[in-house]
Amino acid sequence: MRIESPAALAEYAAALKARKHAPIKLLVSMGTCGIAAGTGEVLKAINGYIAEHKLEEAFDVVEVGCMGLCYAEPVIMLTDDKGKRIIYGDVTPHQVPAIMQAGLDAPATGTHTIDRCWYYPEDEQPAEGELQARIVLRNTGRINPEDIDQYVAEGGYSALAKVVTSMKPQEVIDVISASNLRGRGGAGFPTGKKWSFAAAQPEGEKFIICNADEGDPGAFMDRAVLEGDPNAVLEAMAIGGFAIGAHNGVIYIRAEYPLAVKRLENAIKQAEEKGFLGKNIFGSGFDFKLEIKFGAGAFVCGEETALIHSIEGQRGEPTFKPPFPAIQGLWKRPTVVNNVETYACIAAIIRKGADWFKGLGTAGSPGTKVFALAGKISKVGLAEVPMGMTLRQIIYEIGGGIKDGREFKAVQTGGPSGGCITKKNLDLQIDYEALKSIGSMMGSGGMIVMDEDDCMVNIAKFFLDFTADESCGKCTPCRVGNRRMLELLNKITSGEGTMEIFEKLKTLSATIKDTALCGLGQTAPNPVLSTLANFEDEYLAHVKDHRCPAGVCAALIQFNVTDKCVGCGLCAKRCPVGAISGEKKMKHVINQAKCIKCGACFNACKFHAIAKI
Amino acid sequence: MGEMHCVNGVCEISSRKSSQMEELDAYIKSLPLADNPTRKRGFLIQTLHRAQSIFGYLPVEVQSFVAERLGISLAEVYGVISFYSFFTDKPIGRYAINVCTGTACFVKGAAQVVDELKRKLGVSEGETTADGKFFLGVLRCLGACSMAPVVMVNGKVYGHMTAEKVQGLLDDCKD
Repeated sequence: MRIESPAALAEYAAALKARKHAPIKLLVSMGTCGIAAGTGEVLKAINGYIAEHKLEEAFDVVEVGCMGLCYAEPVIMLTDDKGKRIIYGDVTPHQVPAIMQAGLDAPATGTHTIDRCWYYPEDEQPAEGELQARIVLRNTGRINPEDIDQYVAEGGYSALAKVVTSMKPQEVIDVISASNLRGRGGAGFPTGKKWSFAAAQPEGEKFIICNADEGDPGAFMDRAVLEGDPNAVLEAMAIGGFAIGAHNGVIYIRAEYPLAVKRLENAIKQAEEKGFLGKNIFGSGFDFKLEIKFGAGAFVCGEETALIHSIEGQRGEPTFKPPFPAIQGLWKRPTVVNNVETYACIAAIIRKGADWFKGLGTAGSPGTKVFALAGKISKVGLAEVPMGMTLRQIIYEIGGGIKDGREFKAVQTGGPSGGCITKKNLDLQIDYEALKSIGSMMGSGGMIVMDEDDCMVNIAKFFLDFTADESCGKCTPCRVGNRRMLELLNKITSGEGTMEIFEKLKTLSATIKDTALCGLGQTAPNPVLSTLANFEDEYLAHVKDHRCPAGVCAALIQFNVTDKCVGCGLCAKRCPVGAISGEKKMKHVINQAKCIKCGACFNACKFHAIAKI
Repeated sequence: MGEMHCVNGVCEISSRKSSQMEELDAYIKSLPLADNPTRKRGFLIQTLHRAQSIFGYLPVEVQSFVAERLGISLAEVYGVISFYSFFTDKPIGRYAINVCTGTACFVKGAAQVVDELKRKLGVSEGETTADGKFFLGVLRCLGACSMAPVVMVNGKVYGHMTAEKVQGLLDDCKD
């Protein structure tokens, strides 16, 4: 059924809200990590229990996207109209009957419950302990992403209705400019300004693109939004299209996210049926069409000119800017490219106003940012926080600190283009400028936490290996320079480092930064530069003493059996290359010529009898 | 995905080629190419995705077929295939084992898992075993960082991998 006007939308949404529903809503987290962790089995158990005990009237089961509590998947949440709720983590199918019997009165025994650590600034004030403010993730984990009615019931598409029927394109741009929303994909360019450049181009064919090529390893917030709330992106793109005068939108998504693709395709189909996309939206005369284009595994396609070439069916090589895409983009027409998280802020800003948005975050970077916490952190997951929160709060209060009681060493932000942040900057209030000032960057918001067992030279090598591999090969500084830098780092980590190599590494970093064509190349040396700035002693230990202080670089370490050995033989059993021998109940020996330094014996020994030096 | 018959690592598609070609042909015909005569190549990447899912890989006759239909040269099609890591012009094993080597998986020990797989299978990254059973690849971040390190076998995700668990994973792959 098509919805033809804002009034009809409001009426439809009100009717949906008033629909008869069961007293308890049971949300089941069905995002990629939830499914991989076994949520499907839990869902089956829930549905089975309901059918068996005829509880259809008592529970509404809703399959939702990621709640951000990835460390505790499978996650389910029981909630009612009065705001009562219980969140369960690490749920097994066996626990389901107890959970269903307990309802909302008290948590079932023998389960793991989790306190909600977020609030929704659009309609709530934070309670004690609710450090996260969810705007981008407002529906992710709350509604069924495959049912557009649930999005509409939460006020979905009302911002689009308002925009196309009662605002002029310039007024829309003014609101977004006034909110000072900045691009969440990395560099933080003001979104309103980007839109105004494209809007200022003469009328004619224009495009609006969503960059859903979340290539930054360790960042998964865009996946969560696309899987959990795809309509938020569609609505925002239609609003952006109206603002700049584009009638065609393209979502460029990576092929590694099949579930997100499926949910987007489904959302587009449902939005077309309702008349939210297509011809004459809300009777305003505005037409807007969306299509999905696929990436094929190329990190550089996150760069907007490369992305545009990829949509055109070409190799995803970047080109020099200017001309900027806003002037000459897809098929040489004016084009706006924003990322998923940026779009996910738009409808809320239209509904609540620019001042409301500016009430969160810092003066220079208003609003919130979603961070993907991963690595050696206890609570791996998504955290959407107001800009300006300190790293200490994010890592320790939200992330639960370092895993297994180890010592914090550094956190890498900004992915392969960013840098590492050490203990001394844990109390920095983070926003775009603050991160830049300490040699890192916001990037897409991945935060990889590292502990004392991580070798920073090895980490730098990992990132360089990544960029050298992903370099498109067009410009020499990136294609050849990064390769040479990787070779230098390989020498250092394999014990062949000299001071000359060390100096060369520094010079080469600076040269590549100055001369590469696009963002990928220019920022490729950042991980080296920032680890050099913060952990020079570790580099020097590798270069001068041929020692890896963290005990990671295989060529610089040796495993030996100590006198603590009781001769249990477990290490010999675990050794994949048969390098360990010894009589039962006698001290074992490692054949150093055979040893591949995988550390299997070290990890296996229950008596701490293997020494790593 | 079309079935492949592999002998000594060489996968024969000829027995099914005509029906597979028909499937690809039907797909290309379903695209709105006529609406955009000057922008036909914009459909190239999605067509290659479809072709690879039909054939399992992109042999040269498929490449020239696509080139001809989209009005571009074979060299341009090959240029695109060789640029994107998702596309392959060589047949791959029946079990595609892809180890995630994103940052989170890296710091949790993905390198040890890759090393163990290389040792067990006797192949390098990007290669298929001689019996045509296993392909070993790496990919960059599946976004399942909470279960790092992660390995994907034909679309199924295995979390919290270790070198010790590799044998079990291989044993799971039964023909």
